[in-house]
Amino acid sequence: MTGPLPDPGAPLPHYVSDAPFDPNVIENRVIGRTDLAQASQKKLMWWKFKRHRLALISGVFLAICYVAIVFAEFLAPYGLQTRNVENIYAPPQAVHLFHDGSFVGPFVYGRTMELDMENLRRVYTDRTDLVQPLRFFCHGDSYRFWGMVEGSLHLVCPPENGNFNLLGTDRLGRDVLSRILYGARISLTIGILGVATSFVLGIVIGGLAGYYGGWVDLVVQRMIEVLQSIPSIPLWLALAAIMPVTWSPLVVYAGITVILGLLDWTGLARAVRSKLLSLREEDYVLAAQILGASSPRVIGRHLIPGFMSHLIASATLTIPGMILGETALSFLGLGLRPPITSWGILLTEARSVNVIALYPWLLAPVVPVVLVILAFNFLGDGLRDAADPMR
Amino acid sequence: MIRYILWRVLVMIPTLLLISALVFTIMELPPGDFFESQIAEMRAMGENADMAEIEALRARYGFDKPLVERYFHWVGGMLVGDFGYSFEYQLPVTDVVGDRLWLTMMVSFVTIIVTWIIAFPIGIYSATHPYSWGDYGLTFVGLIGLAIPNFMLALVLMYFANIWFGTSIGHLMGREYLGQPMSWDKVKSILEHLWIPVLIIGTAGTAGMVRRLRANLMDEMEKQYVVTARAKGLAPGKLLRKYPLRLALNFFISDIGSILPAIISGAEITAIVLSLETTGPLLIRALQSQDMYLAGSFLMFLAFLTVIGVLISDIALAMLDPRIRLAGGRTK
Repeated sequence: MTGPLPDPGAPLPHYVSDAPFDPNVIENRVIGRTDLAQASQKKLMWWKFKRHRLALISGVFLAICYVAIVFAEFLAPYGLQTRNVENIYAPPQAVHLFHDGSFVGPFVYGRTMELDMENLRRVYTDRTDLVQPLRFFCHGDSYRFWGMVEGSLHLVCPPENGNFNLLGTDRLGRDVLSRILYGARISLTIGILGVATSFVLGIVIGGLAGYYGGWVDLVVQRMIEVLQSIPSIPLWLALAAIMPVTWSPLVVYAGITVILGLLDWTGLARAVRSKLLSLREEDYVLAAQILGASSPRVIGRHLIPGFMSHLIASATLTIPGMILGETALSFLGLGLRPPITSWGILLTEARSVNVIALYPWLLAPVVPVVLVILAFNFLGDGLRDAADPMR
Repeated sequence: MIRYILWRVLVMIPTLLLISALVFTIMELPPGDFFESQIAEMRAMGENADMAEIEALRARYGFDKPLVERYFHWVGGMLVGDFGYSFEYQLPVTDVVGDRLWLTMMVSFVTIIVTWIIAFPIGIYSATHPYSWGDYGLTFVGLIGLAIPNFMLALVLMYFANIWFGTSIGHLMGREYLGQPMSWDKVKSILEHLWIPVLIIGTAGTAGMVRRLRANLMDEMEKQYVVTARAKGLAPGKLLRKYPLRLALNFFISDIGSILPAIISGAEITAIVLSLETTGPLLIRALQSQDMYLAGSFLMFLAFLTVIGVLISDIALAMLDPRIRLAGGRTK
């Protein structure tokens, strides 16, 4: 009998390879990429995320925005409520570098204001002889940093005896740029807080439904269906309308975040539920249960980490809706109220067609709204692709 | 088929009941009621409010009865077409609402059609040319439409429509037709004004729809039957027309469920800004003055519109796609 097998009954040769054993042999087979095979889950996600250029840029942009709102007082050239009656509805000023062909550094031209009695408008004209250099790291309007520490240091201040309104002023002569910077603090946090609310609700409710199943699941399913079939804006309006007028603006702010979160958890709960339904059949869950782990521990410690990254990605995608929701509510007068300033509040100034025709710079807060929403969308897309183990 | 429709309609009933309970709770949540705010208003104007009269009114409208009883009274009334009484307008809700319901439905319907017309070619182009410049560009334009707040777009478009086309500002029809009975001229005037709100409301839904259509169609393009068709030498255009496109059509109907709430939401905001003759402006006014039956009926109506829209899309889909009919029957 010929072949690879030894003859029946013959002693089997015993063979041990002399070559040194390398435990990483399989990992090394991916030539040159030992790191790829040994990388942790987080690292893999980061690499995948980095490939998504737009998402990376958006992430950096948003990070800058959130750092900026911490230092809004310092970055804004004026205070939030600083009014200048001499300078009402002033159009944006341009920053120049050269005067008469020679370099002066950043400066603005002084302005004179005349009342056009025929059209009842203020007409501002640049005086090209009046060069007013900007000051940097200077002392200007005093403020209380986060309402606590007194300060007056600004990144850039208006020139001495002059004005610096990069984006113009509103009907009370308040600087639009400064107000946008302060408004970002509210508008950007409201989305995060609202998502945090809906995140907690979504995980708890979806977790219960997915883990216990049965009638809990049935009730939750129905609830989700109902909430999803009601158009959100009218419901937001109704909920916002029932907040008493006597509440302080800060409480209203908290109320709005809760309202935004209260109706938005359905999508997350659904994702949690379906993921749990598939994950709870896994062997490691059974193992944990046999070892005596309680339900909350199994859910929190073993199941949720399994799809957390996916959840964060979908939560990121719901933030834009919340920011837009707040803007719309405030614009309609049912959301935040002055003196709290958000981008929605700023846009109420541009409510009438007159403003668009005469003072279009009051529409400036739309630009940050659009940019932030686009950035959140791209970031969310990138995160979702990175968190998806299938690709 | 009839069994499926019956089952689908039956499922709708608990959903609507839950919605009505939710709406009623929201309407009841604010402290006080319409009468109390009216008393406060009268006192502020220096008038003397007769408490006895107020109490009598309260009793007449059942405000002294327990909550649960009032809820059933309200729901029962709606079933026979009695939506309650608007305190502010001193009219039955049905009279106040009147034409506005039809106009709201019309705006929503036209918006869906327009959304389809825009989303269909874009979605197909993006799916057949994925990761191309055209795909990125169109996606980006769609996202911008999504990102600009509806009300701002409404204001700006209204302004330019006025400058370029001379369309009168606000309203769904020319000023002279307000409150007039339907006529040919009025229809023409409505059509002239309709495109602004429709375009604005459509922007948000279109972006989402293009995205989903692209993802669905791209999955479909990788399926084996497409590969087979390509392998046997079918021309790309014909291939697209013969197979994936037909599935995409199904998707268009099923997607109503996800875009309808967004469209109605957008329609409300845009209507408030443009002061259209739809439910939006009345709704916000009713909410502010705690005119609870009017506001409640509006919310109920909007939810109902959504639920019915989804129902119609489900039934239409079942007619088109036998797979759904079978699966739907089996789950219950």
